This record gives sequence, structure tokens and C-alpha cells, in this order.
Amino acid sequence: MIAQAGLAYAFVEREIALSKRYWAWEVVWVVYGIVTSLSVTYIGLAAPAISGGQVDQAAISRFVLYLLVGTIAWRFLGIIFDNISEVIAWERWEGTIEYTFMSPVPRLTHLLGMCVATLVRAAVFSVVTLAAVALFVPVDLSHASVLSAIVLLGVGVLAFVGLGVASAIFPLMWPEKGLQMSYIVQAVVLLVSGVYYPIDVLPGWLQALSTISPATYVIRGMRSALMDGADLAALWPEVWPALLVGILSIPLGLRLFVAVERYAKQTGRLKRSG
Amino acid sequence: MAIDSATRPREPDLTPPARDALVADGVTKSFRAQKQDRRAVDGVSLRVARGEIYGLLGANGSGKSTLIRMFSTLLVPDAGRVSVFGLDVRDDELAVKRLINRVSVEASFFKKLSAMENLVYAGRLYGVAPEDARSKSRAILRRLGIAEGRVDEPLEKLSRGMQQKVAIARAFITAPTLLLLDEPTTGLDIRSKREVQAFVRDLRLEHDATILLTTHDLDEAERLADRIGILHEGRLVAEGTTDELRARYGASALEDVFMTATGKRLDDADLTEATRR
Repeated sequence: MIAQAGLAYAFVEREIALSKRYWAWEVVWVVYGIVTSLSVTYIGLAAPAISGGQVDQAAISRFVLYLLVGTIAWRFLGIIFDNISEVIAWERWEGTIEYTFMSPVPRLTHLLGMCVATLVRAAVFSVVTLAAVALFVPVDLSHASVLSAIVLLGVGVLAFVGLGVASAIFPLMWPEKGLQMSYIVQAVVLLVSGVYYPIDVLPGWLQALSTISPATYVIRGMRSALMDGADLAALWPEVWPALLVGILSIPLGLRLFVAVERYAKQTGRLKRSG
Repeated sequence: MAIDSATRPREPDLTPPARDALVADGVTKSFRAQKQDRRAVDGVSLRVARGEIYGLLGANGSGKSTLIRMFSTLLVPDAGRVSVFGLDVRDDELAVKRLINRVSVEASFFKKLSAMENLVYAGRLYGVAPEDARSKSRAILRRLGIAEGRVDEPLEKLSRGMQQKVAIARAFITAPTLLLLDEPTTGLDIRSKREVQAFVRDLRLEHDATILLTTHDLDEAERLADRIGILHEGRLVAEGTTDELRARYGASALEDVFMTATGKRLDDADLTEATRR
């Protein structure tokens, strides 16, 4: 167990070292995250001007918080999905895929290490983004149940790790187009999960997709926790579906990954060039 | 020339007591391209004894790298069996991975990380403590002529030859019992080539390692290998010590052996393959 933790830590240490070396890109992503979150939040502040009607201040504050929770939660979950689904593509781009895959590290340990590194990255980025946005936009969290929000995010992490691992197989199966496929998965999840709007506004067939997206429950639950102070008992209807997706998708994603790795070894796709 | 004690294996020998380090038995591999199957390796059988340096000689596209990729668990044979110290590469994959390491023709590193960061990371993957990885790396890199001050520079700032030496150091810090060297000196200048060749030879003497070396450099094969196998169009067409091969083909030079065994000069075979691609 300790030996496996040591092996997993190799990936955490490597990712931290890479973040330091690619610091300029990290700055770009942080600034991009802050700017997009701010842009979305300003839509809330501009609600009266956009709608042309009278909107009271309390409703505006609520709308701003609604959008802010959506954008920050999506940023957090999106980083987890991105980083994990890019596990193969990134190694291939660096030219290290063959070396990593012939090292004596069980795949579960490898992916666990990448998940921990990703979690650290997502948490740092999200906290920095939230702090920066709070400097520009008044954020009222006086009614928030922070514990409930953290639990929901934790459940969301499980679900998105599973989705990320499952999507990481695309670049393994299709070296040239695989990464684009995982971006499409992420885009569809964004569309159907009510990140910036209630899912009721979606056409019926898209609402059906919402029910299988863990982000739907995580973001809706986080809004209840942060805007209305809902406790964990009240949030259970949002917690269990996302938890279920996590419980199912992680082992399923891992099995899929291992099966596709075997397929890649049979067809010669486990190589540095696409 | 003596090797720094830091490069010597101190760990107990956990290698299975098999006489043969590597056995390939009827190994075949085809790839599908443009709706056609192309056989890259065709029924290759070979044995590499423990402690031996086996040179696999062949033109570009002869199947050398495909074979190495199968030996290093990155590719699964369509038919046949590969075992490393008696362990099957498919059934005992993780155990095999602990016994092998590979240096490929292209040094594959995280380019923005320094040589030392890459080496410590590689060491961790093989359970080598960072302090050990650092001291072993410094000793090997010093031996290969890389100045101390350069080990902390990003890899991308080092020349191709230096990167290849770092790749060799990476393989050796994990003390592999079977080392797969896939054209390790291709693209190196003469001096670097000689340094790497001397290092490989010395390590074999002082380190209980078995080495499979692929090359299309006849001189390198002759200098380093105890036995040579000639691979042509995916088939092992000749095998033996240099003297045996010369005697068998009535040739005075290895180049003549290659020409008689394959019907082509090595340079011509490379050219033909390049044209075919």
C-alpha cells in the first residue's frame, strides 16, 4: 500500500514540476478562468438592462450568485474532466507515453496519482478564481452551508473522475481524433447540466440527458447549499444520483481503460506518434 | 575503466533463476494499413542468454523496433510467445516490467523538466528512492561526460546526444536485468557514440545485465555484441557470433555477411525501405 502510494506520488510530483515549468500557461489558464467567470457573473448584474424591466436588488444578488456558483463549480469539475481525459494525449504530446506505459506501475496507481494531482490543481484554480471574482462582484454567502457545498463537490469529483477516465480512452483508440471526442463529451455535459440556467428551459430530449449528467445534481445541489443554506439531509436527492454515477463510472471507466489499453497494444496504437 | 560504485546494484538479486534472459518463440506481428495487413515480424524465434549482449541487425523497417516493443510489453504478438527470465510478457506483465528497461532511438522525456527531474521521476516509477536516483544519475552522467552544471537544465536545452545519454542513465538507474537498447546511438556524433558504446560494454562487465541491442550500424554490432541476429523483412535470416557468421557465409566482413544473408547491402536496404514508405 505504501509502495503504491509512493508510485502514485511520482505522478503528483511530476505534475507539480510541470506546472512550475509551464508557469506561463498556468497563468493564462487562471486569468482565462477569472475573466470567463467574471464575464458570466456580469450578465447577472446587467439583468435589468438586458431585460428592460425592473429587477430588485435582492433578485439581482441572487441571480449573480446563481451564475457564480455555476461558473465556479463548472470550472472545478471541468478541470478534473479535462486533465484526466487528457492523460493519454498529454503523454503522447510530450513523447513519454511508451516510457510511462512500460514502467512497472499498475494502471490504477497511475490514474490515482493523476487524479490527486488534478484535484490539487482544480482546487487551487477554483479558489483563486473565486477570490478574484469576489474582488469585483459582491458575493453574499451569508446563508451558505459551506459543508454541504464541499460534500457535493466531493461527490462531483468522484463522478467526474469516472467520466474523465472513461473519456481518456478516446485518444488511445483514435490517436489523431480522440481528444476532440472527449471535448465533445465535455461540451454536451455543459449544455445539459444547467450550469448557467435551469434545465427546464431545455427541450425535452436534452432534459433526458440532464438526468444522467452528474453535474446536473452537483450544481443544483451546490446552489441550494450556497444560496439557501440547505443541509445535507435536504440535499440527499441531489447527492445520491451523483454518487451513483461516481460509484458506477469509476470502476467502469477503469475497466474500459484497461480493455482499451490492451486493444491499443494489439493494434500498435500505444506509441508516441499519432 | 572502473564504474563509480553508485552505479552498481546493491539490491538483492530478485531475478528468477532462468538461464535465458529473453526467449521469443515464433513471434509474429502484422499491422493493418490502407486496408491491407503488413507483416512486420514474421515467426521470429531467438534466445538471449543471461549476461549476453545480443545484437539485432537490420535495415530500417526490418522489424527491429516492433520486436523490441513486443519485448517491452508495449505491443502484443499476434502469434508466438515472449518470455523474460521465464516470465510471460502477457501473463506476468507487471513482473516483466520490473526486470526490463529500454532506451529508444528517440529520447522520450518531459522536455521542460530538467535531466535530474526526469531521472528522479523515472526512479520513483521503479521504486528507486529520490536520493539514490540522484546519486546514481550523477555518477552515470559524469561517466558519460555530461557536466554537473547541466543536469538541472531543461532537457530541451540539451543536445540530442546529451538527451540520449540521459536516456541511457535513466535506464541504468533502475538496474534493469534486461536492457533493451533500440538504436541507442543513432544520430550521435562519433565521440558520443564511442562513449555510449564503452559505457554499455563496461556496464555489462560490472553489472549483471543482459542487453538486447538493435542497430543498423555494422561496426557497433561487431564491437558490442556477443552474438548477432540479422533481421530482414521481419524474419531472422541469420544468427551467430561474428566469427560463426563470417565462416558460415564465407565472408571477411560483417557487411558481406549481411549482403549474402539478405541479398542487399545494409545501406541499400535502408534506401529501399525509405522509398517504399
